[in-house]
Parts: sequence; structure tokens; C-alpha cells
Amino acid sequence: MSTTVPVKAQNVAAEKPNPEFVQLLNAEGTRLSDDTYDPWVSDVTGDQLASLYEDLIIVRRIDTEATALQRQGELGLWPPLFGQEAAQVGSARTLRPDDFVFSSYRENAVAYCRGVALQDLVRVWRGTAASGWDPFSVGMATPAVIIGAQTLHATGYAVGCKNDGVDSVAVAYFGDGATSEGDVSEAMIFAASFNAPVIFFCQNNQWAISEPVGLQAQRPIAERAPGFGIPSIRVDGNDVLAVMAATRSALDRARNGGGPTFIEAVTYRRGPHTTSDDPSRYVDPVVAKEWEARDPIARVEAFLRSEGILTDELAASIQSRADQVAAEFRHGCISLQNPEPLSVFDNVYATEHSGIARQKSQYKAYLEGFEK
Amino acid sequence: MTELTLAKALGSGLRRALSDDEKVVLLGEDIGKLGGVFRVTDGLQRDFGTERVMDTPLAEAGIIGMAVGLAFRGYRPVCEIQFDGFIYPGFDQIVAQVAKLHYRTAGNVRMPLTIRVPYGGGIGAVEHHSESPEAYFAHTAGLRVVTCSTPQDAHSMLREAIASDDPVLFFEPKRRYWTKGDVDEDAVGLPMGTARVVVEGTDVTLVTYGPLVATALDAAEAAANEGISVEVVDLRSLSPVDFDTVSASVQKTGRLVITHEASESGGLGAEIAATLTDRCFYYLEAAPVRITGFDVPYPPAKLEEHFLPDLDRILDGVDRALGRVNSLTGWSA
Repeated sequence: MSTTVPVKAQNVAAEKPNPEFVQLLNAEGTRLSDDTYDPWVSDVTGDQLASLYEDLIIVRRIDTEATALQRQGELGLWPPLFGQEAAQVGSARTLRPDDFVFSSYRENAVAYCRGVALQDLVRVWRGTAASGWDPFSVGMATPAVIIGAQTLHATGYAVGCKNDGVDSVAVAYFGDGATSEGDVSEAMIFAASFNAPVIFFCQNNQWAISEPVGLQAQRPIAERAPGFGIPSIRVDGNDVLAVMAATRSALDRARNGGGPTFIEAVTYRRGPHTTSDDPSRYVDPVVAKEWEARDPIARVEAFLRSEGILTDELAASIQSRADQVAAEFRHGCISLQNPEPLSVFDNVYATEHSGIARQKSQYKAYLEGFEK
Repeated sequence: MTELTLAKALGSGLRRALSDDEKVVLLGEDIGKLGGVFRVTDGLQRDFGTERVMDTPLAEAGIIGMAVGLAFRGYRPVCEIQFDGFIYPGFDQIVAQVAKLHYRTAGNVRMPLTIRVPYGGGIGAVEHHSESPEAYFAHTAGLRVVTCSTPQDAHSMLREAIASDDPVLFFEPKRRYWTKGDVDEDAVGLPMGTARVVVEGTDVTLVTYGPLVATALDAAEAAANEGISVEVVDLRSLSPVDFDTVSASVQKTGRLVITHEASESGGLGAEIAATLTDRCFYYLEAAPVRITGFDVPYPPAKLEEHFLPDLDRILDGVDRALGRVNSLTGWSA
């Protein structure tokens, strides 16, 4: 049975760099020049690139560990970001503390870069809390699970920043599937109407669970934003340097009153949507192999080695640091305690609601009826 | 004390809220130069500017979702949904985001949104312009749901809703927009979440809210002419319902009639009947009676008089509660 849905149209540009597709570090680790985007990363030293490389290694290690924890029954679910490390680290590392992120549930590397504690990354997935962290302490809202809802929140926050006269920027992270949701289109309309300092950061990881991006978009997703009056950039999402350059240019535009920018980071989700699904049912192994060759970490490693920055000794020390983070992460996860029963009633409202108060006191009396 | 229509009382409440707190912002379709299709926001954009009174693109999810982001930033947004039937495109943002963010973030993020919704029928409107969707929101934890019935309540309850740190669905009875009454802009109203006994009585408790409070008062007066003493309770708050006030009344009268415009099944009346049966079982002389809209879509304007509970249908319900001859007399249960 054939399908009328084009499933490969979105991969093409990743194979052929062109002026509309920003790439500064190709899959082989060769530094490419780009007149427009080079200036945005001209200050990035070899050591700083090595630091980004360490981030990539660590977030992948966290991801691997979380997947293992799920398999061992310690987490109810986990949404892996395997393959998307550069898109998340490259963008998140360019933000200021006073910028604010509104993400989906897959941006664990963004959360790590924002300073979210390791233990806090898994509270939701272990089921011990409705959210992991205080949004205001890290400048990142707790993830939205309803697809695309957060793009509107980012737009509203950005309008607030503008009205407050500050140059903070809101960043909305979402996937290619989210671009089919009405909320994302509405967010772009509102952002354009109010010239909001917001960045729409779309990680086109080619999949919405099992549905290929071709089912969501007949043209490259970055082409959609100009129709809303929003300039867009299509960037190699597996190139941490290019992502950084694209995000910096968008941040600069937003901070200087230029309004919203749409970034499409073309990447690939190399694992499942979550630990519940089975990509072998829908992924073509040949295509998966092609994307393996475009891995975001391998190219930085090749570049750093060719420059003599990454030595075996440094690589070993980074690996050791990643192992240490993974151990801390595991310990943090399994030491999480179940919440108290009556806390189910907490924080439904900011002020007392007589209906909740009544149910709470009744359930408390009921629990107290059991012998300790 | 000034005599104002209910619509003007809402406008004066918004004006005071904008003056008192610079973090209050209004957003909605046509609320600027036009002043809203019911003119509730008349003159506010002129006086407070386009950053505080924002005309938005035509998109309900956009309005609510953007308000969520503004609330993250410390603002107290007041959204206007143009008509009851248009709230559904914004439903996800209200029930999945606005309602849950405080809980989801362990209390770290507050959602002090007020969502104003002109609701209910009786104005001869076309479809989607006469609905009563309050039960959807009263069913959702995390939202407060209120409705007013007098110009004074309209003014003070709206100010209270805007000052609330919880999200409030504020349902405005659109067929009462032109009802006039005295408004004291400095009066402190009843606390949010409390019902009000409008008329005291001893034979039957008649519970209602919003647009039907006036109809219920007419019914109570007509009943009095027949020697029946009806106590009328205006709920004001639909989440939470002030069951203490309703229970006290039912314990006194022993009979309960509930009336609302919304359809019967799964409506507020069912919730009130069930809870009062639980709380006042041994006081009740008869089963609670519901007089509501039917379980049909809101009908065309020329049929709405049959859909909407009116004085006679309410009196028929009072007769049922009293075991007098009524429309169901002769029916077997």
C-alpha cells in the first residue's frame, strides 16, 4: 500500500548545505564559513567549544541513564532527546538568566542548561510531583504536555517584557508536530501583531510519535513563518555552533525591538518518542543510518581533535564527569520520596476554596480512621 | 451611590481595577475603539492606552494563552470572550493551562486571570450567542466560576475577581446588561464564594443565579400572592457553591427548587440537588426539583421562550416541590 504523504521532503536540505540552510560545522567536523552567521560566533574559543562538547556528552549521558531508569521501573516514562543535543544546548547556552523559556517535555537538555537540578528533571516522570522546579528560579516554565500550548505563553510573556521596557526575551521550544496545532499559528499571529520579543524554536526532529514531518508540512517548516510576517532561519540542528549563531541573531533582533524570529533546527530524533513506543515499526533503518552519520557530538569531537583541543586526556576527564553526573542523577531519582497523601489537595487554588477544603477534611478523617 | 446599568457597572469596575493596579491589562476582540460589542469597555482604551487595553486578533486560544504568559510575567490579565458560544476554541487553554498551572508548579506560578463571558439567552440572538457553558468550568478544578445578577454585584464582584490570585471565569448575564441599579463603587461586596439570600421565605428554597435571579424574584412575588413563601438564593459563586447558605435555607424550608438556563443533564442543578440531598436528607419534605433549559442545543430565537425557564415554569416547579397540582400531576414516577 502506498502513501500519498511525502516523508522525505524535510531531509533534503540537511544533505546539501545552501545559503538558506545555516551550517558552520559539517558532519565530518569541518568548519564551514558563512558570511552572515560567522560573526555571531566569532568570539567562541576552542575551549568554549570544548565546554559545549562537554554539555553535549553530559546531556546524552543523562538521557541514557533516564532511559535505563525507566527500563528498571524507577520512572514511569521518559521522552528521550537522543540526537537533539546540539539543538537544545546550542540554543539554551546563548540565553541570559533573565530570558524565559517555555518548553515541551523533551527539552531536558535545555532545562539542564538553565540550571535545573538533576533530581528535578525526573520528579514528573517518577510521578512524585506535577512539576520538577520553580519556574522563576531557573527562568523556565515547567514543560507543557499539550502540544504547542506553550508558544502562546511565550508570546504573552514576551509582550509583558516589552511593556515592562526590559530587553529580556521569551523562547518557545516545540517540535515539528506542534506546528500543526492551532495554538502555534495563533502564537505567531499574536507575536507578529504585537511585535513580541519571542523566539519560536522549532526542533524539527522529523517525527510526531510515528508520524513523519511530511504529514505535518508539505514545505520546509521555516517557510511558514514569513507568511505570518516573522523572519525565519533554517539551521542544521545537529550543529551546535550554527544553532548558537542562529539563536544569537534572533535574540539580538528581539532585544533591539525587531520582534519575533522563527528558527527551524533540522535534526533527528534517534530514539523513540517516549520509552513507550517502538520506532522499529515506523523508522526506515537506512534513513536512521544516514542520520547517525550526522550525529551532533561526533562532528564537534572530530573538529576539536583536528584542532588539537580535545586530547585523550580531556576526553577521558569529560567522560568521567559525565559518569559522575549520571550517578548523581540516578541517586537523586531513586531517593525521591512519595508525597504525603493530603498533599493531593495542595495548591489547587492560591486561596481557600470551600469545596476542596471540605473534601480534604473528609479524606483526612477517613485516613485517620485506619490504625497506624 | 450612582444609578448604573449592569453593563456600565462592569465598565466602572474595570476602570477602577485599571486605575488601582498598573499590572491589570485588558485583552479581547473589539474592546478598544468599539468598546466591546456590548460597550462594557467603552472609553477604557482611550484613557489607559493600547498597552493596557489591547485589541487582539480574532482567536480565543490566543487571547487566553497570551494572558497566561502575561500572568507569568506578573500581570493580572482580564480577557473578554465576545460571546458564550465562542469560548470553546479557548477551552484547552482555560481547562488544561489556566486551571492547572498553580497546581502543576506547586504553587510557584499564579494565574490571576479574569475571563469575562457574556452568557445566556433571551436577547433573540443567532446560534452560538445565547449559551450557558458554566458547568464545564465549574467541573474543572483550579477555576473559580462566578456570575452576577445586579449592577452592584457586577461592579464589586468583577473587582474582586480581578484582585483574586486564582483564575476566575466571570459570567455576565447579557440579557440583564441594561438592568439599572444603584452602585456604590466603594462598597465591599460579599466575599467571593458566598451566596446571598435575596428574599427570605419559609415554604420553599428557590436557588438560582445570573440572569434568572430576576425571574425567580418575580416568581416569588407571584407565589406570595397565592400564599406561598419562597426564599430566593442567588448563588453568585458556581465554584465553589456556598452549600452552607443553601443548606441553612433548605433546613428551614424543607423544599428545594433549582433553576438555571443551562441544560439539565450534568448541570449545576444536579450538583446542588445531589449535595443537598446528602446534607439535608432528613429535612427534605420532597425531592429537589430542577427547572432548567432542555437537553437540546440552544434553539432558534423564535423558540427560546420555550427553552428558557420563565416565571410559570418556575412556579410549576414550586408546586411540584409542595406536592400541589402541577404539570407532572398524574404522571407516575
